[in-house]
Amino acid sequence: MKILVPAKRVPDPNSTIKVKTDGSGIVTDGLKWVINPFDEIAIEEALRIKEKLGGGEVVLAGIGSKASSEQLRTGLAMGADRAILVVTEEAIDSLAVARILHKLVEAEKVDLVLMGKQAIDADSNQAGQMLAELLGWPQATFASQVELAADQKSAKVTREVDGGLEVIELPLPAVVTADLRLNEPRYASLPGIMKARKKELKEIPLADLGVDTAPRLKVVKMEPPAKRQGGRKVETVQDLIQALHSEAKVI
Amino acid sequence: MGDVLVFAEHVKGKLPKTTLAGIAAGKQAASRLGGACHAAVLGKGVDAVAAEVAAYGVSKVFVVESDALEHYVADAYTDALAQVVKDKGIEMLVATSTAVGKDLLPRVAARLGAGMASEVVHFNEDGTLTRPMYAGNVIATVKIEGSPQVVSVRATAFDAAKKEGSGAVEKLSASLDAAKLKTRFVEFKETKSDRPVLTEASIVVSGGRGLKNGENFTTYLEPLCEALGAAMGASRAAVDAGFVPNDLQVGQTGKVVAPTLYIAVGISGAIQHLAGMKDSKTIVAINKDAEAPIFQVADYGLVADLFKAVPELTEEVKKLKH
Ligand SMILES: Cc1cc2nc3c(=O)[nH]c(=O)nc-3n(C[C@H](O)[C@H](O)[C@H](O)COP(=O)(O)OP(=O)(O)OC[C@H]3O[C@@H](n4cnc5c(N)ncnc54)[C@H](O)[C@@H]3O)c2cc1C
Ligand SMILES: Nc1ncnc2c1ncn2[C@@H]1O[C@H](COP(=O)(O)O)[C@@H](O)[C@H]1O
Repeated sequence: MKILVPAKRVPDPNSTIKVKTDGSGIVTDGLKWVINPFDEIAIEEALRIKEKLGGGEVVLAGIGSKASSEQLRTGLAMGADRAILVVTEEAIDSLAVARILHKLVEAEKVDLVLMGKQAIDADSNQAGQMLAELLGWPQATFASQVELAADQKSAKVTREVDGGLEVIELPLPAVVTADLRLNEPRYASLPGIMKARKKELKEIPLADLGVDTAPRLKVVKMEPPAKRQGGRKVETVQDLIQALHSEAKVI
Repeated sequence: MGDVLVFAEHVKGKLPKTTLAGIAAGKQAASRLGGACHAAVLGKGVDAVAAEVAAYGVSKVFVVESDALEHYVADAYTDALAQVVKDKGIEMLVATSTAVGKDLLPRVAARLGAGMASEVVHFNEDGTLTRPMYAGNVIATVKIEGSPQVVSVRATAFDAAKKEGSGAVEKLSASLDAAKLKTRFVEFKETKSDRPVLTEASIVVSGGRGLKNGENFTTYLEPLCEALGAAMGASRAAVDAGFVPNDLQVGQTGKVVAPTLYIAVGISGAIQHLAGMKDSKTIVAINKDAEAPIFQVADYGLVADLFKAVPELTEEVKKLKH
């Protein structure tokens, strides 16, 4: 089974994000960059499937600046087999991401796409669903469990939805997007890191793909959010009740 | 000029508050575009729901009924909804960012070749949209190029639509090719609870890793929720540890809530958690660590051991209500 896992370079979720004073973007000086956490979960799931089946290939796909190769190397160090980086300096939206991935999926003839439910920079939560549609494949978003059928022709996926968990069954090929509870990603081991240096990481200039990536969603400007004023500390539960009842009038 | 179509999600024959917020958002969008606000109701046996949607002041309610639409599945719903958008010449498709909305809208957008903005909180006069990015660290003004446009909206940013007037209900025939549909619904494992739904409640009490285990949620938080008539929420850490079900997670990648009162118990206040609750009207934090970041957004902070403070608080609330 050949599994494609798209992986995006994003700021570390623990870093402090500041908006540039001219509103054109975020301040990137000194930022630490990581694989989008949901994509890391997707990589882990792909590796587990490969390990369980005792064969197959896990191919990573990044779209972005050359610096993204850093994150793809990390994914290779986790155990992925090879990586493709579609190089572009332009900002691209989820529809463009889906169109690029569509091309790669067709060129690579993959059986399953495992990706993150959401990139934690733009917080769009769109690309997986869009890719599934472009391919005409079924989708299972927000997966917390993926069970492949013995014949590898279908998968049963448990999804985190409102009010509980939903189980759906879909024939492969399909697109599955990972939620937080799907697994806990492994760390790259030292031997893994050594091996990753020799694995293939192919760079393709975006222009070579001949895909329409003109953004349909443009960011006009960015601003910091209005700061919420912290209030005060209360000493006792009595004081708290008093404040909620007489001051805030919420109980 | 352009008409707006709101995808009206219904749950067990009812319209959740999130749907009413979506309708309100659709009306705001329609007023900016200078068009009408319509709604789409999809499903099986949905006459009553469609009639109810019509009462919320939309121009028309388009109904698509089919066996294939009995349970929500992305491919069947995409077929039906994209068809309505095309047939009715819709300029902007709107739905609330619920689990269904998040799953469905991008797929429809791709079908239509349309640009999409997620979790929009405001439709601006100049046609731009406002939405948070980076876990709410950035408020972005965005613009969708081309037509139609697809927008998912954040329920907490819009007051629920009120009943006003009555739109016409128009049944559309579904051209759903059941043979082409690939996804099969297997089952829904519902989280059983007597508590109000997280996204509907005016008071939310959330617990974090500080609760230490699931039993403590039952022993300490349940009675407080009960006394306040509150919904229960949780941090990611509490959900990951299996203390409470997934759908209670509040935050950047969970549910976004904005109740009149939010009580965070044993939650440190990571940015990803704040992203899901910092628009609440009044925020209370109970944490034994005086330096916990949650205190920076709390209107009232109580530095205390939750295992002592929460039972006391529960008793005081009960007294107050008697
Ligand atoms: C991709 C990604 C997405 C995420 N999405 C979300 C999300 O949607 N929602 C979310 O919540 N988090 C999310 N997180 C996780 C987030 O970064 C934090 O790790 C999480 O919110 C921490 O949960 P917590 O506050 O319960 O635990 P901790 O940070 O461990 O805090 C526990 C708190 O309990 C207090 N405490 C302990 N014992 C007691 C006691 N006896 N009495 C009083 N106080 C006590 C401690 O002082 C501490 O402040 C996400 C992270 C990532 C990377
Ligand atoms: N630039 C990118 N490179 C690789 N994968 C991406 C990129 N952007 C988005 N993705 C994938 O699409 C998922 C959803 O992204 P989004 O729609 O932007 O929230 C992510 O979790 C990734 O798996």
